[in-house]
Amino acid sequence: MSHRSFVWLCLLPLAVVTAAFFLLPMARLVVTGAGGPQGLAGYLAILTEPRYRATLINTVLLAAATTIVTLIVATIAGMFLQRHRFPGRAVLIAMLTFPLAFPGVVVGFMIILLAGRQGLIGDFSNRLFGEKLVFAYSIYGLFLGYLYFSIPRVILTIMAAVQKLDIGLEEAARSLGAGPWAVQRDVVLPALAPAFVASGAIAFATAMGAFGTAFTLATNIDVLPMLIYTEFTLAANFSISAALSVGLGIITWFILALARSFSGSAVAAAG
Amino acid sequence: MSAQAGHGAAVRIDACGKTFADGTRALQPATLDIARGETLVLLGPSGCGKTTMLRIIAGLELPDAGGRVLFDGKDMTPVPIERRNVGMVFQSYALFPNMTVSDNIGYGLKIRGVPSKERAERVAELVTLTNISGLEHRRIDQLSGGQRQRVALARAVAIRPGILLLDEPLTALDAALRDRLRSELNRLLRALGITTIYVTHDQSEAMELGDRVVVMQKGAIAQIGTPREIYFTPRSRFVAEFIGAANIVEATIEDRHLVLPGGRQPIHCDVNMPAAVAMIRPETIRVTSAGSASLSGTIDSISFIGDRQRLVVSGASNRLLTVDAPNTLRTRPGERIGLSISPDAVRLLPPES
Repeated sequence: MSHRSFVWLCLLPLAVVTAAFFLLPMARLVVTGAGGPQGLAGYLAILTEPRYRATLINTVLLAAATTIVTLIVATIAGMFLQRHRFPGRAVLIAMLTFPLAFPGVVVGFMIILLAGRQGLIGDFSNRLFGEKLVFAYSIYGLFLGYLYFSIPRVILTIMAAVQKLDIGLEEAARSLGAGPWAVQRDVVLPALAPAFVASGAIAFATAMGAFGTAFTLATNIDVLPMLIYTEFTLAANFSISAALSVGLGIITWFILALARSFSGSAVAAAG
Repeated sequence: MSAQAGHGAAVRIDACGKTFADGTRALQPATLDIARGETLVLLGPSGCGKTTMLRIIAGLELPDAGGRVLFDGKDMTPVPIERRNVGMVFQSYALFPNMTVSDNIGYGLKIRGVPSKERAERVAELVTLTNISGLEHRRIDQLSGGQRQRVALARAVAIRPGILLLDEPLTALDAALRDRLRSELNRLLRALGITTIYVTHDQSEAMELGDRVVVMQKGAIAQIGTPREIYFTPRSRFVAEFIGAANIVEATIEDRHLVLPGGRQPIHCDVNMPAAVAMIRPETIRVTSAGSASLSGTIDSISFIGDRQRLVVSGASNRLLTVDAPNTLRTRPGERIGLSISPDAVRLLPPES
């Protein structure tokens, strides 16, 4: 057997698995999406049908807000954790990254414990103002849940990037007269740009498609994965839910590609 | 460059020591005066405290309590680096990768709020001065090591600093480039005439660039002097061996002579000593015929260097003696030769160093 055919033989299992569990279902999904009464136009429903479009916009806004707030919180925390040594630091990092181990259902459960009808925040506000503050079952609860499991991933990426930062760059900027804000603006943040893009992309994609948390909180939250679920299981509208699924994938991919090309110059320059 | 004639600030380091948080003593309390416009080189092996001293002057490290840094008589110790108006060149160059060459050079001016037109003029001036015309719009990762070094220097000088601080600026370059840039840097520093503090572990850099050289050892100053003083009259065995090549000879002194296994070497010393330590530079030893010489030995090995040949001679001293001979001298290993050394060339060192 030649070396070349040996390599091909080794790739065979991968090819079988890819075909069986990725390519075929995807193809099937695409076909189903076009199989509804509207045919191929079903794919446009995500944009033309007002209810779907509103949900799409909602989902993108939620994912964008999650990404931005996560990046801000995680950058400050990650920079501090990487640059300072203090007692309990290792424990704190372990705690911050603990949510990585939780499935979405558990995160949703925790949000309900925090901000649900019997939640901590409601209890507290009831005693303070005589009114229960409850937001677990809305898009705000979902936002909090997404933050909770996006922050650990982003913190770890940012900490790794901060560790690789050349302290000399900051010292050079200071020697040229730059104060703390200018150093951050001109040196540190541009150098971290690749890490922002990489970890922000993960946070965004997760927030676009995560289902478990939303499902645990409420069935009527207006985000795409929930919409797909209700169309599929409750309305048995296979073709629309397939079209929406494909649409969700394409739109997420498109926005990520856009972000990557926008930051492309910054990433290349910081490389 | 007219604004720079006059030449920066005078620096005084007053009892500056540095102990790090883990208890390591990086620098013994040291006091040092650097005149306006002087180029002072801090020279020593790694870990001798030279970079720590530079960082204290820069304002990147605080000296231990009691130490002070003064610029033109003004106490700068509590002033952070961003307000000390020092230009600094780092060993890694630390150029901003997200900016072009001219943005790097102009960064300090931009921070100071200099209008863009004036900034562009100053950048153009420095681009010419440091010989990097045509590279203004390049990114940093498109530059060679030598070009980066020039950009780093231009950036540090652009802000018209009171003091220029250079931390091993040539160490990252290969040997041939290092030699070329060394003389270029020398010319540039003379032209700028600004107070300069230059850290290096390379004694030939120190010799060529320094008005004065501070030799450091284990966190303390071993000797301060002009390159000539340091070379010809080292005060300790460490300095003698660190600067240039040196033969260290241990012998008794009797009747104005070093008594050596290979003969007697006349010296300038009226006292008889049972155990003296002397330094003899290889280039001060002249090779003569063995018969008439008062000191003689046998050639162990010869390395031909080009402009000279280096002989290793045994039997003359208590250890092998290095001799620099003219490249035309015809000789071979095993041959017996005479060694003629002027008494002026023998430098006695304190024995306990």
